[in-house]
Amino acid sequence: MFQPSPWRADFPAIAALQRQHQTYLDSAATTQKPQALLDALSHYYGHGAANVHRAQHLPGALATQAFEGSRHKVAAWLNAADSRQIVFTHGATSALNLLAYGLEHRFEAGDEIAVSALEHHANLLPWQQLAHRRQLRLVILPVNDLGHVDLEQALQLIGPRTRLLAISQLSNVLGTWQPLAPLLAHARAQGALSVVDGAQGVVHSRHDVQQLDCDFYVFSSHKLYGPDGVGVLYGRQQALALLRHWQYGGEMVQLADYQDASFRPAPLGFEAGTPPIAGVIGLGATLDYLASLDANAVAAHEATLHQHLVRGLADREGVRLLGSPQVALASFVIDGVHNADIAHLLTEQGIAVRAGHHCAMPLLRHLGLDGAIRVSLGLYSDSDDLQRFFDALDQGLELLR
Amino acid sequence: MSLSAEASQALESFEQARGWEQRARLLMQWGDRLEPLDDSDKTEANRVHGCESLVWLVAQQENGQWHFKAASDARLLRGLLALLLVRVQGLASDRLAALDLSAWFTQLGLERQLSPSRSNGLHAVLLKMAELVSNR
Repeated sequence: MFQPSPWRADFPAIAALQRQHQTYLDSAATTQKPQALLDALSHYYGHGAANVHRAQHLPGALATQAFEGSRHKVAAWLNAADSRQIVFTHGATSALNLLAYGLEHRFEAGDEIAVSALEHHANLLPWQQLAHRRQLRLVILPVNDLGHVDLEQALQLIGPRTRLLAISQLSNVLGTWQPLAPLLAHARAQGALSVVDGAQGVVHSRHDVQQLDCDFYVFSSHKLYGPDGVGVLYGRQQALALLRHWQYGGEMVQLADYQDASFRPAPLGFEAGTPPIAGVIGLGATLDYLASLDANAVAAHEATLHQHLVRGLADREGVRLLGSPQVALASFVIDGVHNADIAHLLTEQGIAVRAGHHCAMPLLRHLGLDGAIRVSLGLYSDSDDLQRFFDALDQGLELLR
Repeated sequence: MSLSAEASQALESFEQARGWEQRARLLMQWGDRLEPLDDSDKTEANRVHGCESLVWLVAQQENGQWHFKAASDARLLRGLLALLLVRVQGLASDRLAALDLSAWFTQLGLERQLSPSRSNGLHAVLLKMAELVSNR
């Protein structure tokens, strides 16, 4: 049965891609953008760009107002108590790097950092390199066959030497929600700080950072239907106060002399230089758009499509799913067929999916694979997209076999 | 530049190919013709990085002529490698340097396979080939 997306027409690029015979099923990499965002960007650039937090003139005041308005919208989206807990960065990756440098002074040789075995490189490498710099031990929390962090083992591995836990909310490869509540509570009881990588999780359900009770939560605008070049770092007030400044320049400074300077607290103290003003304003417009949707209807639509995707893959001979995906995406390999060959033939047929290691090389290696194909959904995806994918997959396999 | 008999044959068959399916079949046929690479040549030094599949490229120069060997664990990429080698085999350095390989793949109707995006290996293979040739 055809399942349309009621929001498809809100995303003009979907129709444009279709005119180019492209079926976009790579939303976990980046999403298409709603018209509301295009309008906001065009309005900002068309009506007078200005730098924020600096100028006394009217364009500067308007830009600052819109920019700070977005900070409020992000805070509301995450249910942060105060918009000053929201720091804008240039992406989730830069937010995680900010944390790894800003918290470096808290670590001593022999301390431990715990990360899960399924982390995206963005939430692995900053910690791995911090461990190298400070002679720390990076503890890897194992993942079970379903694709969840093994809770029993994790609770053993996170101990009194653990100073920080960094974990994804939703796996970008396995599409599995991680058991954050017990992990975060345990980490806190051990005196460890917690960092949640919400890059995928923030897209597929609303989350309340106060309820999650993590110290830091990070996400990327471009995966949440917003512009690229913008990331968000949320921090608990006490946690933000622990951060040392890490990038220096304009507007993050309070007083500067030739030999010395003092710096602002969060958020502005961590937003050195001109921020991505248009992008931040655009993210605000995207959040307004998303907030106008019926969240239950979106979740139900995504769940039905995801079921359709997982069943369709499971029905096909030789297809092996990675883990047991719960939402948003599914990764798979096919026995006896190289994923590069499948990817090649899907591309030839205008199916845009992702092939490869998905920026999680250690996880793929752990699974004994050198790559996989990932199909991922957005709220604009519909069942015809999936049908075109399945038809192309069948045709490709027929050719290869 | 004049084409070898094999390269002319490749060009002719790809020019006549209609649609992606026929091109894919031809690629697989050409891939099957790729001379197998000895395991002893499948070394880290011969690896082409930047591909989603395992690819090796070996270059040797004899009497001023270049001879290449290549292998991959992906079938369609093997076909692309065969089409590359058929065009460059036996050329001298100056002729190789002057050769426009993207034009060659465009003639074959395979220009999209040259995309520098990570999922495709051919772009990385061409870079590696240029590096091997310029180092000697």
